[in-house]
Amino acid sequence: MTMTQIPLVDYLVLGDKPHLTANECTSCGARFFDRRNACAACFAEEFKTVAIQNEGIVRAFTIVTFAAPGVPVPFVAAVIDCGGTSVRANVINVEATPEKVSLGMKVRLATYSLGTDDHGTEAIGFGYEPA
Amino acid sequence: MATDDIYILGINMTKFGKYPDKDTVDLAAEAVIAALKDGQVTMKDMGVMAAGCLMGQGGIGQMIQKQVGQTGIPVYNVSNACATGATALRTVIMAIKAGECDMGLAVGVEKLAGVGLLGASPASKSAGKEWKPSGRYGSVQNVDGLIGTANMPGTFAQVGMEYGHKYGGATFELFAKISEKNHAHSTLNPLAAYNKRMTLDEIMNDIMIAYPNTRPMCSANCDGAAAAVLVSGTKLKTLSLEQQRRAVKVSASVLTSDPYQEACQILPDVNTLTKIAAKQAYEQAGVSPSDLNLVELHDCFATAELVHYDNLMLCEEGGAVDFFNSGATWRDGKTPVNVSGGLESKGHPIAATGIANVWEVCHHLRGEAGPRQIEGAKVGLAHVIGLGSACGIHILEKSAL
Repeated sequence: MTMTQIPLVDYLVLGDKPHLTANECTSCGARFFDRRNACAACFAEEFKTVAIQNEGIVRAFTIVTFAAPGVPVPFVAAVIDCGGTSVRANVINVEATPEKVSLGMKVRLATYSLGTDDHGTEAIGFGYEPA
Repeated sequence: MATDDIYILGINMTKFGKYPDKDTVDLAAEAVIAALKDGQVTMKDMGVMAAGCLMGQGGIGQMIQKQVGQTGIPVYNVSNACATGATALRTVIMAIKAGECDMGLAVGVEKLAGVGLLGASPASKSAGKEWKPSGRYGSVQNVDGLIGTANMPGTFAQVGMEYGHKYGGATFELFAKISEKNHAHSTLNPLAAYNKRMTLDEIMNDIMIAYPNTRPMCSANCDGAAAAVLVSGTKLKTLSLEQQRRAVKVSASVLTSDPYQEACQILPDVNTLTKIAAKQAYEQAGVSPSDLNLVELHDCFATAELVHYDNLMLCEEGGAVDFFNSGATWRDGKTPVNVSGGLESKGHPIAATGIANVWEVCHHLRGEAGPRQIEGAKVGLAHVIGLGSACGIHILEKSAL
């Protein structure tokens, strides 16, 4: 039996080369990660799916040491600038300290297992690791 | 006083803190009754009421009326995140400007003592049982902590860090120094939730919540209420000289939401809408940032105060770090900011905040601020921002009498 996988969010594409996708407004080029009704920038209603580059830099970050029940801390929450498209993500595979994470740091997309459910489906999450 | 001007006739805030024996209606009623007395008017004079209580149930305005006076006037129950109080004020101002009435009441109240972390979602209970996509992102479990964070300390930490990435110089120590200032200011404010001066070391070595914000660098959750009576210039002319002398002119009242910017749906953009609101407010009031004798701005976190120096044009673009380091925003500086102690020390009962900051400015413009009086204050600005986002700015001026 082959184990099936499911991404943490539907804009994470799994497979040989995991990457994120966005809904790009065909009229003005604004990019969004959620299901869209219309474009927040120009109100157009047509979108195409585009791939986001896997490499980026850390434009803002925080190290969360105090979170809601059940959320493991510390973790590094960040905004990653992936070639002009901003992505919300954790910085992973790095010690969560201000000495190891820095503004402008180069990072790349990485995936990891979130565990397997009762039906044998494995959920895959993503983050950005130092490049 | 021009006929189309709007004035604050009476205003009050309760002491901020913990009120285990009072509910939101008690606190709001206390502020309302005191604001009416301050303006030497009664509920019978009010033509409109706007009320907010972000965490409460609907209908707070009517619940307050049942304790202070039911006269049949329209009530607008408003909700606009941390800009709820400013929205209530603005609603009453719009009604008076529209000519629907000549006097109105705005009130905001919150009970927040001990609620803990705002904006934080706990991990999904069903995690691991069955991965099933749901919501606008098709997520199989709660993503907070997995895909960044939407909790407030973490969000505003990133807002400050982003400023540092753009302009440099925004270190942990710098943010802690901003907090040191506000805690020092609060020692002169008897209505603040906390009046304790804290050293830089104490602030930096306190519990880290979301780097670089330690606990004293976060707004203090507490209980409190604030209320204001607004009046038209025409009506004010018919009132006593004493009322006219203490009335404070609302030179600008602005509310904005965030226009689309790249990344604004990734990390809330608290800058663009504040810059737009500030520009509109300065134009409306005919004053420039250098005219301001004091500013109460939305320091929900120390990291937020820094960016708003820039957004409110108190300094040159990109110059917020140098501006702070010059000492300008201490109470004896060029542009005193948060002489009340700010949200970090005075406290932040959310819906009350957007009226309480106006109260602080009015207090100084009336020359009634006692030991913390900014001498000769003639013009002040009050700013709030609620995530989502909404920004409210009011510019206030001393009565010409």
